[in-house]
Amino acid sequence: MVEKNIIQGWDVNQMAQKVALDIPDGSYVNLGIGIPEKVAAFVPEGRELIYHTENGLLGMGPAPAPGEEDPELINAGKKAVTAIPGACYFHHADSFTMIRGKHIDVCVLGALQVAENGDLANWSTGEPDAIPAVGGAMDLVAGVKTIYVITKHNTKTGESKIVKRCSYPLTGKAVVNRIYTNLAILDVTDQGLQVKEMAPGVSFEYLQAVTEATLIL
Amino acid sequence: MINKILSSAEEAVHDIFDGATIMISGFGEAGSPIELIHALIDQGAKNLTIVSNNTGSGEVGLAALIAHKRVKKMICSFPRTANSTVFPELFKKGEIELEIVPQGTLAERIRAGGAGIPAFYTPTSVGTPLADHKESRTFDGITYVMEHAIKADFALVKALKADRYGNLIYNKTARNFGPIMCTAAKTTIIQVEYLVNLGGIDPECVVTPGIFVQRVVHIENPAQESKLVAENRRYPW
Repeated sequence: MVEKNIIQGWDVNQMAQKVALDIPDGSYVNLGIGIPEKVAAFVPEGRELIYHTENGLLGMGPAPAPGEEDPELINAGKKAVTAIPGACYFHHADSFTMIRGKHIDVCVLGALQVAENGDLANWSTGEPDAIPAVGGAMDLVAGVKTIYVITKHNTKTGESKIVKRCSYPLTGKAVVNRIYTNLAILDVTDQGLQVKEMAPGVSFEYLQAVTEATLIL
Repeated sequence: MINKILSSAEEAVHDIFDGATIMISGFGEAGSPIELIHALIDQGAKNLTIVSNNTGSGEVGLAALIAHKRVKKMICSFPRTANSTVFPELFKKGEIELEIVPQGTLAERIRAGGAGIPAFYTPTSVGTPLADHKESRTFDGITYVMEHAIKADFALVKALKADRYGNLIYNKTARNFGPIMCTAAKTTIIQVEYLVNLGGIDPECVVTPGIFVQRVVHIENPAQESKLVAENRRYPW
């Protein structure tokens, strides 16, 4: 898709803020590695969210001050974190009981591709020499009640990440509830992808032109 | 008298045999029993199947065991991490097998192994390539895939404190796979930073009951993997 005027839309922080505003007070939340981690910085004052990290901590706090890192207190991305007062540690079977047993309310994940029926591909490009590595992604999408995807609308080469059918290997089938991109917020519905909000300067015609999947206004 | 405390890591791993399946605790470096792994490298057992979430980093601990060609097969969820080069190189050359398992499925397969449950159904991976050729079944309109339990000949686990009965507590997120691995191996070998007298761990706070533990070794100042990697250390030194 060649567009003469490429619209940048929201920046990553604005996207993260959009996600943060949609997470209800009191939710148990799992934030994926990378951009999803930014969501925590934008939770409105007065809302209390409890962060789960699948390596075994409920009540994850922010990164520690430099020099205060503890190699045995890390998140799923293996980065140093802190534990808030009221936090608890547990083993992996309990951690994934929380996930698979539908006890976690919201999970925010990145994506390689999302299809219009909510299929998600985010763990492998399927290249023959790639070393497969899945981590907890398949468990999260299978078990968490609400799955939000946060991603750039298009790849660096301009291809749509919001597709009719994923060409990459799936992480889960029909698992995504809502997609936050730099151009729009899209709800996965029984009828298809419903546009909930568009970034400033984005028209429906433009959005559809840069999106492989069919959109509903 | 029951006393599971042995005098050295060397003694604790002496009978690990060629072809054994070994569970190794840890999520990245957190909870990785480096000193026990190094003792296993010194001991020489080979053709091992290793069950561990990752494949180690640098050329110490699990990565060093792999670098020494002792590992025939890895069962793990995430074989690539920062500073993890040993496994990817051998894998690309076809010199090591890999069974990739979603992290929660890996945990549950280990838990099932320790709990006497041969297999179970899970929603994780349904509709993905990791469910290919696996038996599936529908319950209440939802499709689940069958996964088999994993059991091991040995487990090498790092904990924080132990008493002579083998009761354990762990340190923060270093707990990860330790408690379930302790239950799923015929011989569970623990390295701990602190030994305490019986009663030194509040019974309300015991995480792994001693019945799941066969051997305990006291490693007073365990090495920190990321520090060794940053210093370019290689085992054996």
